[in-house]
Amino acid sequence: MVENQNTVCFRTMHLPPERRYRLEEYRALGGYQQWERILRNRIDPGDVIEELKLSALRGRGGAGFPTGLKWSFMPRQAPGQKYIVCNSDEGEPGTCKDRDILRYNPHQLIEGMAIAGYCIGATAGYNYIRGEFYEPIARFEAALEEAYGAGLIGKNVFDSGVDFDLYTHLGAGAYICGEETALLESIEGKKGQPRYKPPFPAQAGLFGRPTTINNTESLASVPVILEKGGQWFLDQGRPNNGGPKLFSVTGHVAKPGNFEVPLGTPFKDLLELAGGMQDGRALKAVIPGGSSVPVVPGERMMSVDMDYDSITKAGSMLGSGAVIVIAEGTCMVKVLANLAHFYAHESCGQCTPCREGTGWLARVLERIRAGQGQAKDLELLDSVAGRIGGRTICALGDAAAMPVQSFLKHYRHEFEHLIEHGKSMNLA
Amino acid sequence: MSDKITLEIDGRSCKAALGEMIIAVADREGIAIPRFCYHPKLSVAANCRMCLVEAEQGGRPFPKPVPACATPVADGMKVQTRSHKALEAQRGTMEFLLINHPLDCPICDQGGECELQDVSMGYGEDISRFSERKRVVQDEDLGPLIATEMTRCIHCTRCVRFGAEIAGVRELGATGRGEEMRIGTFTAQTVQHELSGNIIDLCPVGALTSKPYRFSARAWELTERDSISPHDSVGANLQLHVRRNQVLRVHPRPNEAVNETWISDRDRFSYQGLNAAERLDQPMVKRNGVWHDIDWTSALKLAADGLRAVEGDTIGCLVSPRATLEEQFLLQKLLRALGSGHIDSRLRQQDFRGDASDPQRPWLGVSIAELEQQKALVLIGSDLRAEQPLLAHRIRKAALAGAQVSVFNYFNVELTHPHQSFTAPPGCLLVELAALAAALELRGSSDAVRELIGLAKPEDAHHALAQQLRAARNDGNGLILLGALAEADPDYTLIKALAEAIAIGSGVRLGYLPSAANSTGAALAGALPHRAPAGEVLETPGLNAREMLTSPRRAYLLWDIDPAADVLDPALAQVALSDAQLVVACSSFRTPALEQHAHLLLPISAFAETSGTFVNAEGRWQGFQGAVAPPGEARPGWKLLRVLGNLLELEGFAYDSARELRTELETLCANSSFDNSARALRPALKVPDIDQQLMRVGQVPIYASDMLTRHAAALQHTPLGESIAVHLHPEQAGELGFAHGERVSIRQGDATATATVVITDSVPKGCARIPAAVPGSETLGAQIGPVALTKARG
Amino acid sequence: MSFRTAPLTVARDADKSSLFTDDIRAAIDREIAKYPPEWKQSAVMPTLTLVQDANGGSLTRELMDAVAAYLDMPAMSVYEVASFYGMYDLEPVGRHKVCVCNSISCMLNGSEELIDHVRERYGVAPGETSEDGRFTLKEFECLGACKDAPAVLIDKVYHECLTPAALDKLIDVLD
Ligand SMILES: Cc1cc2nc3c(=O)[nH]c(=O)nc-3n(C[C@H](O)[C@H](O)[C@H](O)COP(=O)(O)O)c2cc1C
Ligand code: SF4
Ligand code: FES
Repeated sequence: MVENQNTVCFRTMHLPPERRYRLEEYRALGGYQQWERILRNRIDPGDVIEELKLSALRGRGGAGFPTGLKWSFMPRQAPGQKYIVCNSDEGEPGTCKDRDILRYNPHQLIEGMAIAGYCIGATAGYNYIRGEFYEPIARFEAALEEAYGAGLIGKNVFDSGVDFDLYTHLGAGAYICGEETALLESIEGKKGQPRYKPPFPAQAGLFGRPTTINNTESLASVPVILEKGGQWFLDQGRPNNGGPKLFSVTGHVAKPGNFEVPLGTPFKDLLELAGGMQDGRALKAVIPGGSSVPVVPGERMMSVDMDYDSITKAGSMLGSGAVIVIAEGTCMVKVLANLAHFYAHESCGQCTPCREGTGWLARVLERIRAGQGQAKDLELLDSVAGRIGGRTICALGDAAAMPVQSFLKHYRHEFEHLIEHGKSMNLA
Repeated sequence: MSDKITLEIDGRSCKAALGEMIIAVADREGIAIPRFCYHPKLSVAANCRMCLVEAEQGGRPFPKPVPACATPVADGMKVQTRSHKALEAQRGTMEFLLINHPLDCPICDQGGECELQDVSMGYGEDISRFSERKRVVQDEDLGPLIATEMTRCIHCTRCVRFGAEIAGVRELGATGRGEEMRIGTFTAQTVQHELSGNIIDLCPVGALTSKPYRFSARAWELTERDSISPHDSVGANLQLHVRRNQVLRVHPRPNEAVNETWISDRDRFSYQGLNAAERLDQPMVKRNGVWHDIDWTSALKLAADGLRAVEGDTIGCLVSPRATLEEQFLLQKLLRALGSGHIDSRLRQQDFRGDASDPQRPWLGVSIAELEQQKALVLIGSDLRAEQPLLAHRIRKAALAGAQVSVFNYFNVELTHPHQSFTAPPGCLLVELAALAAALELRGSSDAVRELIGLAKPEDAHHALAQQLRAARNDGNGLILLGALAEADPDYTLIKALAEAIAIGSGVRLGYLPSAANSTGAALAGALPHRAPAGEVLETPGLNAREMLTSPRRAYLLWDIDPAADVLDPALAQVALSDAQLVVACSSFRTPALEQHAHLLLPISAFAETSGTFVNAEGRWQGFQGAVAPPGEARPGWKLLRVLGNLLELEGFAYDSARELRTELETLCANSSFDNSARALRPALKVPDIDQQLMRVGQVPIYASDMLTRHAAALQHTPLGESIAVHLHPEQAGELGFAHGERVSIRQGDATATATVVITDSVPKGCARIPAAVPGSETLGAQIGPVALTKARG
Repeated sequence: MSFRTAPLTVARDADKSSLFTDDIRAAIDREIAKYPPEWKQSAVMPTLTLVQDANGGSLTRELMDAVAAYLDMPAMSVYEVASFYGMYDLEPVGRHKVCVCNSISCMLNGSEELIDHVRERYGVAPGETSEDGRFTLKEFECLGACKDAPAVLIDKVYHECLTPAALDKLIDVLD
């Protein structure tokens, strides 16, 4: 069994559900002390960033970019408004962890955002929460009110002369707004269409001002890292893969759920935490980091550890930490068709390969699934995916392409069978 | 260019400035990179992904192909636009662009000039691998100018960015998302911005095409002829596309200094008037009230005899400010040789009290391009977007770059950028200007100006503007511009005096927005009663446009004008003409008023049918050649005048070519420069009764500006093709007891007309906006002047 | 100017107090206050949400135009936003919205069966409204409740781990 669960973002989970999100409970756990310590002692932002770098906290939103390094890109001395933005748009299929941070530990996110704002020179922040999250939104906004009420954020916090204002901005049903620049466009009152980079948000982000965007989990990890030290956090995980991480384990498992376990935890332990396979079915495949990453065959996965570098070695990515478990008997054509449908539906439509290519992929896959595939379709799928990947404005194109290529690599025979026989080999 | 760096594109070493995009450098070097979304005048969208190239920096290749349009160059960068990787990326994009494209080139208007077609020749693969059903997109009706075939759209968003960035009006947008994204108005409405036609040029495929041109020819059947627009004072550079002696469409010809790459819809679609049924293509004479065709010899003899039969001094000549420099020059020569100094092209002016003190050769005051650099701009009496669409665009650029734009006008003009309005009816507007003068602590050099300043109570806005002007003075980037409506004001001289005082007092420049294509040229040609050629000051001037009508002449020579529309006071003009012994009208069109009042109609070439020169607002001479032959018996104007001069046995009409004429003019004008300072102290004037009566303000709507435009059907069918109406402030309408939509009769002295009431906040109390030069306004009086309104009977 | 960074505002002098109700205007004003003054358009999404809720769950052209007027935006910019995001409905909807997640984790756990069930039992396919106007069925992409698959969002409440029978109970109590 895995020890050291729920030590960072989920450190309120041991409390009864209705008390987890309360300010007094959070304070009892040592909450807001780091924020207060930083302000009262006027700790140099650079020192905080160094601590983060030491912790090897990598972005929890999907790309795994080191958070300390990202903060250090901000021109924090430059005059003018700067912003910290939290990405709570959680929409990657398989991912449902940020929702629970918002519901069960909102104050830690607020504290993390405040500290982030301080470190990058931002006196204002926005938390972009997906619009469907009615309950989490209400929790977060209530927490915000509590924090304002207690003088923990707002003007001249702790008489330090430092201001920090935090607002929520709600999405309205567009996965693409999880992409950080689409998210900024959305806050600016536009369609969520990703921006071409450069310029990067640290140069010109929200409202044209320098901006840092981090995932909910990344930001919520910060107070604990500062409390227990960067070294502690690093030690929780593996070198270059600091800390525990939230894994959403879903699909064909007996007890799906979010598990905060150290990076490097073997997949098989994680599977065990999730109650093992559903109804005793055999493991067929795992998508280890959210729907956008390559699929890994089950047996290979059983020997993989859950950290960024190990999963990369296994040919996939840790992504957002959404572990989608697929049991034997599942038609992989159907799974891929479902994913392809998702990306076609969620493409913002601005750039050609993604707008045209995702729809093409989805149609061909739907046709194959319906028993109307042709032998040449598989080459076509592979080549179309290849012509999307790496050529789009944002990574949604890659996200749409990668599953196709990996499914064809590992489960080509299922596609061929379906094309040849007109029905799935997984039908009982 | 500063910060020169060196990079290599396809093995060629190129110099570039820091921050330039790869594609801009390649374009300069003549290295072709395919593209659809990129356009040098629009923001970079990088959405089509056609311009993907391979690049490396410091020996390290970029992991993915990069878009040349959005990747800034760096020193030592190496770019390959045609490597295997680059070509494969470009091919990939091409395939995606074509899967949902109908490939209906044989029936597409863009066929032969389609960027998609051109590029696909180079990249397309033979067999489509796409066997799914293609997307079909419902078309919207965008109005009479632009035809759509949205299934062909490749979503480059150039048209959308044009609206947001250049026009400043978001008429087209991209709604929906992903594959469902659609370019259109969403609500299926007419596109009406005065520059909208440019999206036809911007659209790289046949999704947006010219509606009037639709299906009339294939691109390769057309010959291209350069020309200059005959409408506003920009002189937009045009390319006429001609087939079998017909202008089938008009495109812009890029000229950064003049029109950049744009033209207005008026420039683009007015050619339709060339083929109007109302073209005059035959000399005609009226006998016993009936018009008869005659031959040129008889017609010219009639004209010459008629003119000889009256005393020189009793001839008056009203000439269009759109006539070419050559025509204007010959006309004044003819008139003056006949012993008449009565020639004028300022047909929409009523206050000439400033003539003696006016600047010798007025002009814009800055170059067109310099408009963009202004920091403070004050527009006085101008419906800018209608009068000068492309100058409005330059001013918009200045405003977006931070310039403060203020507008003193008789009604609110809709501008697509931040600006401040000082709106007041005629008379009161003088006080508004005086308030600015007062805020600048000016005292005024004449009694009238002093008195006006005395009446004024400057408010915060005036003080703020005074501040802006003073600040702009320091970098020489402040400009006050007088527009066409100011020119029509009964107290234009006072307006000028105030504007001059403000300009001098605040240290900024003063400029004129000459209303028409050759208004500036008229001073050089001598087509003014107080100016000889080259703008020489005449100490004993002839009668001006108004005097020629108030003290009627026995004979009139009308040049390319409709007396019911092209003059300030059509009622006055028609009374004067109807009493004349001889009215010779040289015109490209027959109009009811010409047929009623003229005795002889001589058909002259219209735009595109003759050669000549226009001098634009900034004093630029732009020559052009005829592109098509005039219809029927119509002849180029300068030739007609040459023959007439010779028939009348006048000196100096022996020209062999228009070129010869131009050379003579150039020599004459070699030393004339433009200058807007008043030549002498402004005369003593009386301050008018202010705020006494309801005043008509009759602006000329954009598509009523001249005969050619008024005969261009498609333009007339746009929402900007106005007809007569009485626009009143709600309180004004209330006091008069009028309801919206009610019929009222309009009375200006003896002149009357009827129209419906439109109630709007955009007109101040005390002012009735009743457009001029539109159907229904033919019988009205001065564009600006007292008016009485009563409920129409019946 | 870059289309991307500068908001294109349309100054409207018209009286805004006739738009919407006092409560909605107050709520919109609270949203506007979250953003820099020149970025009033940032409030367009919350405004559309408020207005849609007050209009029985969908938006009309007139409402979008009113939003544009209130926020000094070009109407087109509002149409673009309203047609981009999945939670805005531009066609009339039923009194309730039943949104079934169709993405991978829910699919693996039976969301297709839920959709088929609604289609069969109520005769309502995704995108359609029940004949009695009670509810509109919508397919949603990943609701972010993957561990509670299959998840269904009914109006503003998530319902988790649903079976067809459990969904029936929820639908049957809708008014
Ligand atoms: C199509 C797409 C969707 C994304 N969705 C999310 C998301 O829902 N939540 C998130 O935190 N990051 C998402 N990301 C990643 C963000 O762009 C960004 O990298 C992240 O928010 C940065 O935060 P981090 O450094 O803390 O991970 C998405 C990226 C792409 C390309
Ligand atoms: S890759 Fe897709 S989602 Fe990303 S910018 Fe391009 S069209 Fe939009
Ligand atoms: S021209 Fe570069 S992406 Fe379109």
